[in-house]
Amino acid sequence: MRLLAQLGTYFLFMKRAVSRPEKHSILYRQTMREIEKVGIDSFGIVVIVSLFVGAVITIQTSFNIENPLLPKYLVGLTVRDSLMLEFSSTMIALILAGKVGSSIASELGMMRITEQIDALEVMGVNSVSYLILPRIIAAVLFFPILCLLSIFVGIAGGYLSCVLANVIPPADYIMGIQYAFYPYYISYAITKMVFFAIIITSVSSFYGYYVKGGAVEVGKSSTKAVVQSSILILLANLILTKTILQ
Amino acid sequence: MIEVKNLFKKFDGEYVLNDVSVKFEQGKCNLIIGRSGSGKTVLLKSIAGLIEVEEGEIWYDDQKFSHINMDSKQQIRKEMGMLFQGSALFDSLTVEENVLFPLDMFTSKTRGEKLDRVNFCLEKVKVSGTNNLYPAELSGGMQKRVAIARAISLNPRYLLCDEPNSGLDPETGIVIDNLIKELTVEYNMTTIVNSHDMNSVLEIGDKVVFIFNGCACWEGTREEVLKTDNEALNNFVFATNMAKQIKRN
Repeated sequence: MRLLAQLGTYFLFMKRAVSRPEKHSILYRQTMREIEKVGIDSFGIVVIVSLFVGAVITIQTSFNIENPLLPKYLVGLTVRDSLMLEFSSTMIALILAGKVGSSIASELGMMRITEQIDALEVMGVNSVSYLILPRIIAAVLFFPILCLLSIFVGIAGGYLSCVLANVIPPADYIMGIQYAFYPYYISYAITKMVFFAIIITSVSSFYGYYVKGGAVEVGKSSTKAVVQSSILILLANLILTKTILQ
Repeated sequence: MIEVKNLFKKFDGEYVLNDVSVKFEQGKCNLIIGRSGSGKTVLLKSIAGLIEVEEGEIWYDDQKFSHINMDSKQQIRKEMGMLFQGSALFDSLTVEENVLFPLDMFTSKTRGEKLDRVNFCLEKVKVSGTNNLYPAELSGGMQKRVAIARAISLNPRYLLCDEPNSGLDPETGIVIDNLIKELTVEYNMTTIVNSHDMNSVLEIGDKVVFIFNGCACWEGTREEVLKTDNEALNNFVFATNMAKQIKRN
């Protein structure tokens, strides 16, 4: 019953979030700010994680394909497909749920307990639309870019491990990443990332916006936001994979 | 004028507002007083529409404010300014951006005109020159002044203040009170100030409403506060032994 009530509150919250903004110029300005906060500021972590994971997948795959009948270029193919199909969308989304989600929930939570959200409401501003919509737009626009960046950097990480650790000949790796390439995998990864972006920003905003109490509750809501976003990402991943990758 | 009629509000089955009916007059500082937990913040937040009441009506002049949809509520709110207990300045924005915010949101003035208005408001509350500072860089008193500047930037008809001098020393508190009084008279606003500070009552209380156990149990002027026979109010006003002795004499 409580879950249903919460679900209802969430949908009403989203309805308010996507209602017509007060001024489009302000929405544009806020969106640009959020792109910097949720997108550009996440470049570093995405690059570092993807680089190392790309390198590790290459080493592990090479270790597991020791059969001389299997061509070496399969390592490159496996790395590319692992990154495109799963890591650069789902795993990066889980990392972003931790980084961006907790930041959104705690920022909104602090705004709630210091009455800044009340101040917006009293001014006659639709606080949900003003605070949440730019975050959703920024994430929907920028998370797919982070996903593509992660694929690119992950593949580069694999290549570096070939060159520096002599895992397989770099030429075989290059051949593998070009072999049997389906461009559809990229649109699949981007589609997933768009859904994940909506989940991360809206769920985190929801938990932050409705905080009651003080600093302890802000911390709790931030944790809840990350946990719930992560579970929903995994669930959405399963549903999307089943429906669009067939 | 703001009028509340037969307001009821309960939390967890207990009435926090119990049949409250009061008229707050235009051009005057209307003070809501009462001890902590008496329901005065709930009353002010209900008047601002931040808390939905169960029963009763709230009127801003001839416009009904209670039990209406969000869009209609937002239209009335554009004529409202509110000063929060903790100032509630947007901490990611500078002083200038804070005061500019309502102007950006609801006016189509040029950037120059808006900045002129910002500087005028900051000068009015005597914090000019702080434009590029962030709220965290200001003292409590200055934050309150900037919050007042933001509240009056759109020339509101109604000003609601929740404990404007809490956390301030008595001298700064009186300065803030007088500023509110000055602006109320100058712009002919309907001002409601929520306070439990007797200094405020005696300094600016044109009309005083005493809330006790969720009921508006006494109304009068600041002069009448000192002469009343109402026992609950006397206990609140003359809380210390010394004050009780002075009252007896």
